[in-house]
Amino acid sequence: MLELKHVSFTAEDAEGAENQKEIIRDLSLVVEDRKLIVITGPNGGGKSSLAKLIAGIERPSSGQILFNGEDITEKSITERARMGIGFAFQQPVRFKGIKVINLLRIAAGRQLSVSEACNYLSEVGLCARDYIHREVNASLSGGELKRIEIATVLARACRLTVFDEPEAGIDLWSFQNLIRIFEEMRRNIHDSSMIIISHQERILNIADEIAVLADGRIERFGSREELLPALVGTGSVQDACSRLKG
Amino acid sequence: MAVVTLDEVQKRLIREVADLHEIPMGAYNFRANGTLAGRNTTANIDISSKADGSGIDIRIKPGTIHESVHIPVVLSESGLKETVYNDFYVGEGSDVVIVAGCGIDNCGTQDSEHDGIHRFYLEKGAKVRYVEKHYGSGDGQGQRILNPVTEVYMAENSSMEMEMVQIKGVDSTERKTVAELKQGAHLVVRERLMTHGTQKALSIYKVILNGENSSADVVSRSIARERSYQKLDACIIGNAPCKGHTECDSIIMDEGTILAVPSLEAHHVDASLVHEAAIGKIAGEQLIKLMTLGLSEKEAEEEIINGFLA
Repeated sequence: MLELKHVSFTAEDAEGAENQKEIIRDLSLVVEDRKLIVITGPNGGGKSSLAKLIAGIERPSSGQILFNGEDITEKSITERARMGIGFAFQQPVRFKGIKVINLLRIAAGRQLSVSEACNYLSEVGLCARDYIHREVNASLSGGELKRIEIATVLARACRLTVFDEPEAGIDLWSFQNLIRIFEEMRRNIHDSSMIIISHQERILNIADEIAVLADGRIERFGSREELLPALVGTGSVQDACSRLKG
Repeated sequence: MAVVTLDEVQKRLIREVADLHEIPMGAYNFRANGTLAGRNTTANIDISSKADGSGIDIRIKPGTIHESVHIPVVLSESGLKETVYNDFYVGEGSDVVIVAGCGIDNCGTQDSEHDGIHRFYLEKGAKVRYVEKHYGSGDGQGQRILNPVTEVYMAENSSMEMEMVQIKGVDSTERKTVAELKQGAHLVVRERLMTHGTQKALSIYKVILNGENSSADVVSRSIARERSYQKLDACIIGNAPCKGHTECDSIIMDEGTILAVPSLEAHHVDASLVHEAAIGKIAGEQLIKLMTLGLSEKEAEEEIINGFLA
């Protein structure tokens, strides 16, 4: 279970300490085990910052974060990862020289066999034979990288996984695949929970609970049944084709 | 056949530079502290000392397929300086692996230096994979110095793949590689270089594409740590319709200095030459990504370095 208690986060902009901006304001949130929570809301509302606060990439200026009852507010990214918090980046990182199989092995924390590694790649719709020995570098397209990013998270099999806009860069064909992966993760990882940052109606459709984050605060929080009907058609939720229409 | 006699330090150096744990199969010539420590020849590969004692000649018969030659050199005495000429004559249509390498262990106060001059003469259609590793160890005040010179003369349709690695312990190095390619010849160079402390490394390539459809791909990846200095100077000259590519890609750390000077020179309108050079530190987001997978910052850094130099 993840608990955020009165968390605030202030970021300095490029001009330094005099231009501080409060990104997250006194935010409290509970993510129970076995729950899938989708955080939505307008751009600039603080969603990605919230994801980074949970992973330890950013530190709150005040408040407390608890994971399974333990205070992790001061814990490093590595410590949180080892406690079972996974994080899928919105913009996956490229590495010269590190191969896909190396990244999957680091993620799994053990010497994965090639066939085990291939299974993770097949899950994200990549032909394993073509990718397993490729470098995670600029020769991969954005969509390929994004799928490899999701495969690394699958290999980690964490108690809590945070996905920052998993649909960004994924084409419509693999969208359905993505939904299936979320559902399988819920089934296969015991007592696991997920936080997904997304605007996509199809992802909101599989949420247990939805939080609408705007201006650094949780504006609304409730079950999908309660919140989704009112959100469809607003800026917080887009159907799959809205970007194409736009 | 001479009997190979090496002490434990020398055996460790051999392991580092030639990945050898035992006496290799095939032809070999071991040189330790300036003298011959062991040699083996085969029906197809002959190794003989030059009459003036300045080095060895390695002659590979035409059509020799899937054989290997190992010629490691180790220096474990402080204050030893030597210059050795090794000439390789690779016969037409042969396909061989040549492993060279030099390890220096210097625990003394005097400088130890090995300057190896390797000349390769590839006949038509010959194919060579050449691996060269340099390594230094020992905590003495004396410097460990290696100045290799490699010259490659490639006949029609020959090909050579060179893997040059220097990762640890060499205080000062000036490596010069010159290659001349005839029609249809193909050269690939993969250099991996890492410097520490106050080490200094100069790596200079001059590849001359003389023949039609000759091609070269020279890629150097290097890391300069602490206060070390590197200069990478890769030049490709196109004198015919040819293709050349050179890339210097470096990670700079701590207070390191890197000077990358790729250059191209075309003397023919159909010479297609490209160079790339990039120097940068390890990106913060790369460290963060690996840390979210459970590595510490130090482990993440090592993983990125190992991948980069793989």
